[in-house]
Amino acid sequence: MADTAVADGAATTEKVAESAPTVVVDDVHLVYRVHGAGAGKGSATSALSRIVARKKATGITEVHAVKGVSFVAYRGEAIGLIGRNGSGKSTLLRCVAGLLPPTRGKIYTDGQPSLLGVNAAMMNELTGERNIILGCLAMGMSQEEAQTRYTEIAEFSGLEKMSPGILSRPMRTYSSGQGARLRFSIAAAKTHDVLMIDEALATGDREFQLRSEARIRELRAQAGSVFLVSHSMKSIRDTCDRVIWLHDGTILADGPTDEVVAAYEKGR
Amino acid sequence: MANSATTDALPRSSPPGDGESLAELAARHGLTVSGARPGLGAYVKQLWQRRHFIVAFANAKTRASYSDARLGQVWQILTPLLNAAIYYLIFGLMLKTNRGVPNFIAFLVTGIFVFGFTQSAVLAGTRSISGQLNLIRALHFPRASLPISFTIVQLQQLLISMIVLCGIVLAKGEPLTLKWLLVVPVLMLQFVFNIGLSMIVARFGAVVTDINQLMPFILRTWLYTSGVFYSIDNFTKDAPAWVRHALDLNPIAVYIELVRDSLIESHSGVPTWTWGVAAAWALVIGVGGFIYFWRAEERYGRG
Repeated sequence: MADTAVADGAATTEKVAESAPTVVVDDVHLVYRVHGAGAGKGSATSALSRIVARKKATGITEVHAVKGVSFVAYRGEAIGLIGRNGSGKSTLLRCVAGLLPPTRGKIYTDGQPSLLGVNAAMMNELTGERNIILGCLAMGMSQEEAQTRYTEIAEFSGLEKMSPGILSRPMRTYSSGQGARLRFSIAAAKTHDVLMIDEALATGDREFQLRSEARIRELRAQAGSVFLVSHSMKSIRDTCDRVIWLHDGTILADGPTDEVVAAYEKGR
Repeated sequence: MANSATTDALPRSSPPGDGESLAELAARHGLTVSGARPGLGAYVKQLWQRRHFIVAFANAKTRASYSDARLGQVWQILTPLLNAAIYYLIFGLMLKTNRGVPNFIAFLVTGIFVFGFTQSAVLAGTRSISGQLNLIRALHFPRASLPISFTIVQLQQLLISMIVLCGIVLAKGEPLTLKWLLVVPVLMLQFVFNIGLSMIVARFGAVVTDINQLMPFILRTWLYTSGVFYSIDNFTKDAPAWVRHALDLNPIAVYIELVRDSLIESHSGVPTWTWGVAAAWALVIGVGGFIYFWRAEERYGRG
């Protein structure tokens, strides 16, 4: 494993053999500041009396989502992030991707890590066709690239085969499964240096699930490192060779998949 | 739940050896800080590479905004028409006031539409970051794309309003002259000004969410001081000089005056230095707003 290579990496000759790190997370903290939460904010009078009494900002609640996490990911590793709901997995992923700046600590990366997913850029009022182009552009493709990828994406989604003409209808008319198919097809059209996958992406019927799993394997093969957040221990076992167990914003365990997953399943 | 007894037995990956800090390890392998703010030049370049996304996002927003109305895009024309009709009803038919301004309806509607461009750009700009956190927390792109995109949406609406405006001005008996072409550079300057301004309020709005509530009041004050409903010249005849200068230098008043000067013959004769003021505001707010926005680039996701 990469760790052993690093341990004796002091001699210059051996540095060549040392596996290169792709992501270095150095003591990262993340604090969300939530406005409008907490007690006493309910009515206008209580809010006013608080201002008059100069009580300090009870309306702001701080949520310490990630508390001092450090780890190093090496080229070729597929790392699973597991833990209960609210343990900071998705937040940590967003920090590594550079989308959410850490409150304290630093994250160093080789290339630009990106989350797999374009849901946020898509608009339900627009047709499937327009959403494909918009999604591609949002992921950073050029106009020409988006045009050339269009057919590929439409074909992969298999929507036209199911119901012809569907791509020229607004996405709000799609069933949830059809929408999920299209979103995955767009998201998976781009390759990434550091690929980050948050939760179950492969949705849809059995046939589409198989196809999307195959596509994720392809993407993984092309990526330098892969991070996967999932509650499905099966997909963690299938995909990852290393697992980080987060609990309440800190790392509880970090090691080979079998050991950590076994402990996790026993522990909860 | 895990208890501490099992925790001790769990594997932990050994930190990289030799007492080397993580920062040193990262530096040795040439890793860069994730999500760091790019230099100003690099940022402009990134923004240019995203130009198709910016335009596509603006078009999508425009399309989506009327999609649940049965008449759809027709509302883009109907909205300014109805606006003009209301002002005609109140000022033209009911109050019969012109406040010493010839062709008052053309004068008024020009003011309303030109002011509306900046007004809606500022309102949209305020929410352009705080309302798009999902997008910001999911994808990489220079965040300035958002306020620019939302300003383009308003520009598209303005262009349609201008067609309506030209119709009204013609109907009120103003001659069609080559001078009308001057509207194009004026609106371009105002567009640059609006982009800068919406970037400034976008950065404010990203941190101080209360500004959403405050903005309508600020804008209404601005509306009443911009000479939309009255002629600043008539109004300030007896006012102290500094009041007159302050009102004359008001950027929106400057853009409104220049559009009126181009379209309405009886309202021509705006001094040439007004063009200088219009360009200066566009330059200062456009460039200044952009730099101000860029300086917080890496922090926008935090919300």
